[in-house]
Amino acid sequence: MDIYLVGMNHKTAPVDIRERIAQVCRMDANPLEQRPHCKAVEELFFLSTCNRVEFLFTTRNGSDGVEEITDLMVRLIGLPKEMVLKHFYVHKNLEAVRHLFRVASGLDSMVVGEPQILGQIKDAYREATQYRTVGVVLNRLLHKTFSVAKRVRTETNIGCHAVSVSYAAVELAKKIFGDLRDKRVMLVGAGEMAELAAEHFRGQGVRDMVVVNRTLERAVELGRRFHAQTVPFAHFPDALLDVDIVLCSTAAAQPILTAADLKPRMRKRKNRPLFFIDIAMPRNVDPKVHEIDNVYLYDIDDLKGIVDLNLSERRHEAEKAQFIIDTETLQFQQWLQTLDVVPTIIALRRKAESIRQAELRKTLSQLPGLGDKEKEAIGVLTESMIKKLLHDPIVFLKKKSVRESKKLYVSFTRQLFNLDQEDAPARSLDCTDG
Amino acid sequence: MGQGMEHVLLILAACVYCIGSVGYFVFLVRNEENVHRAALGILVAGAVFHGTAIVLRSAAAGHLAVTTLSEALSFFAWLMVVAYVLIQNRLRLRVLGSFVAPLAAAFMFGSAILPSHMIPATPLLKSTWVWIHVSTLFGANALFAVACAAGILYLYQERAIKRKRLGPLYGRLPSLERLDRVNHVCLLIGFPLMTVGLLAGFLYASTVWKSPWNWDPKEIFALITWLIYAVLLHERLAVGWRGRRAAWLAILGFSAVLITFLGVNLFLKGHHTLFVTQ
Repeated sequence: MDIYLVGMNHKTAPVDIRERIAQVCRMDANPLEQRPHCKAVEELFFLSTCNRVEFLFTTRNGSDGVEEITDLMVRLIGLPKEMVLKHFYVHKNLEAVRHLFRVASGLDSMVVGEPQILGQIKDAYREATQYRTVGVVLNRLLHKTFSVAKRVRTETNIGCHAVSVSYAAVELAKKIFGDLRDKRVMLVGAGEMAELAAEHFRGQGVRDMVVVNRTLERAVELGRRFHAQTVPFAHFPDALLDVDIVLCSTAAAQPILTAADLKPRMRKRKNRPLFFIDIAMPRNVDPKVHEIDNVYLYDIDDLKGIVDLNLSERRHEAEKAQFIIDTETLQFQQWLQTLDVVPTIIALRRKAESIRQAELRKTLSQLPGLGDKEKEAIGVLTESMIKKLLHDPIVFLKKKSVRESKKLYVSFTRQLFNLDQEDAPARSLDCTDG
Repeated sequence: MGQGMEHVLLILAACVYCIGSVGYFVFLVRNEENVHRAALGILVAGAVFHGTAIVLRSAAAGHLAVTTLSEALSFFAWLMVVAYVLIQNRLRLRVLGSFVAPLAAAFMFGSAILPSHMIPATPLLKSTWVWIHVSTLFGANALFAVACAAGILYLYQERAIKRKRLGPLYGRLPSLERLDRVNHVCLLIGFPLMTVGLLAGFLYASTVWKSPWNWDPKEIFALITWLIYAVLLHERLAVGWRGRRAAWLAILGFSAVLITFLGVNLFLKGHHTLFVTQ
């Protein structure tokens, strides 16, 4: 049995194909429904996000399995097969496991360390369990994936640092104010980036917003979007008295706020901190404002500086994460190897049990005078004899399962106990380690 | 018997505070929640040992065991740890432990070095006034110590944000607003406690020495300290001082506390040294 992973992502596929992937992402019919048509595929897991499509499956016949899944993917994306083939990757066993761990930890993401991907994998796994397309191996693998991703998140700082300008602004605001929910955000002007930052603040629970704009129409439009009240541009400096965070992005050629304007108002504010995020070019707020006590002014370059620093930090953390992933991959491989001896152990136990049952029946039929207590005692006796006799061979097999020589021992055991004569038991999906 | 037990508990508490300090240092470097939880647990255990020792000693002496400088330091360390644990519970300020734990450990060692023979129970010390005087003042001092630590953290964090160079501790430190709030809360509770403590002292002094004010060095420094905190509280409530200035004043105030508490006892003579030098 082998684990395969077939897929494509933002690194291997160009934009036009990624657009198709994005459409696949929104599709209603789940490709897991197609599993019955894939004869060679045993367990199947499917993940699609806007940047990737991944099929993870187990098979006993690698080439057929990959072929079937490729066809499935071609059908799904709806592009010619040659075109799809050019952009996808196939990983087998150890590589597949490592790739999955990397994806879940955010190492394979466009923005390294972004946290959404783990949630997407969890959703995809939930669907796979609903369609009952995952069994022992993939269940175990995906649970392991979740724990690896969690380990990477807690043991490295990969997700700790903001890597977009608007998010860096939100992080800074949190460092100044702590809880943002009871804070008031003012939007001055309506640049695209300011709107994005405003969205981020809303995401952090800010509900109280004020919009200031020269054109009333735009102000009203923004006000509706953010459920904010609007203030005329002329009243802007006085409106500063009861806000905490100010996002500036007007096209004004001259600063709209100077230190002299602000100083007396800070006294009226009882020095409550005020945080200016100036993402306008040229800048809207006089840099001297930053020198006033309890006033913090960050412009676009300051924020970019933080982001650059954080990105290099993340790359550094990614190396640590890679080390965690490599060790976890090896551990998973060891578990996977024990799977090879499991059918033999099951067969051994089954054979012993069937002999025990047959002999017990014979003996008991010859001794009709026995009471229930005696019958039970004989049952327990035979059972423990078999258990003790099989204990050492089973431990031996499990120990050899991580060695290269295991095939030899497995075949030797099967011959010794004559296990292949009877119908070899099919691998049961419910049994994890015999 | 009781004294041996008490010694064991004190040594245990000192060791536990040291381990807690190491835990908090690791937390400062690694920022792991588990480490913090362990360190906090260790600190709480230390406070329990320590508290038991203080109770035992007070019971043996017949008055609150704060009459020698050694006892006073130990009692102060205990109150500080308790104040931190309470603040951690209410306001979640984990990084503050990195200051409080080593400070408590240091005080414990100071306490161990100083002579610690027990003062025989005198009627002078048995008064309820002394009890009120000492416990409120020590409580206030412990809160001021926490406020001072919060002030130092505030200044560090504020400077990083103002200079736009976010240092390595940036991710660990709490928000400015929360640090400022700790400063505020400690002051709001600490200042009335201190006032009550000083009043109790004056009242008792007037019954014992016939005058509430005796130009005792400790009295003078205590009054200076009280004035510093009075200014801070006034500016905070009336003028709206906060942030950097408040943090500086909290640090200044605690320096005055240390001078009153340690400096005067060690180097100057007065009513309070009456007990200490015996």
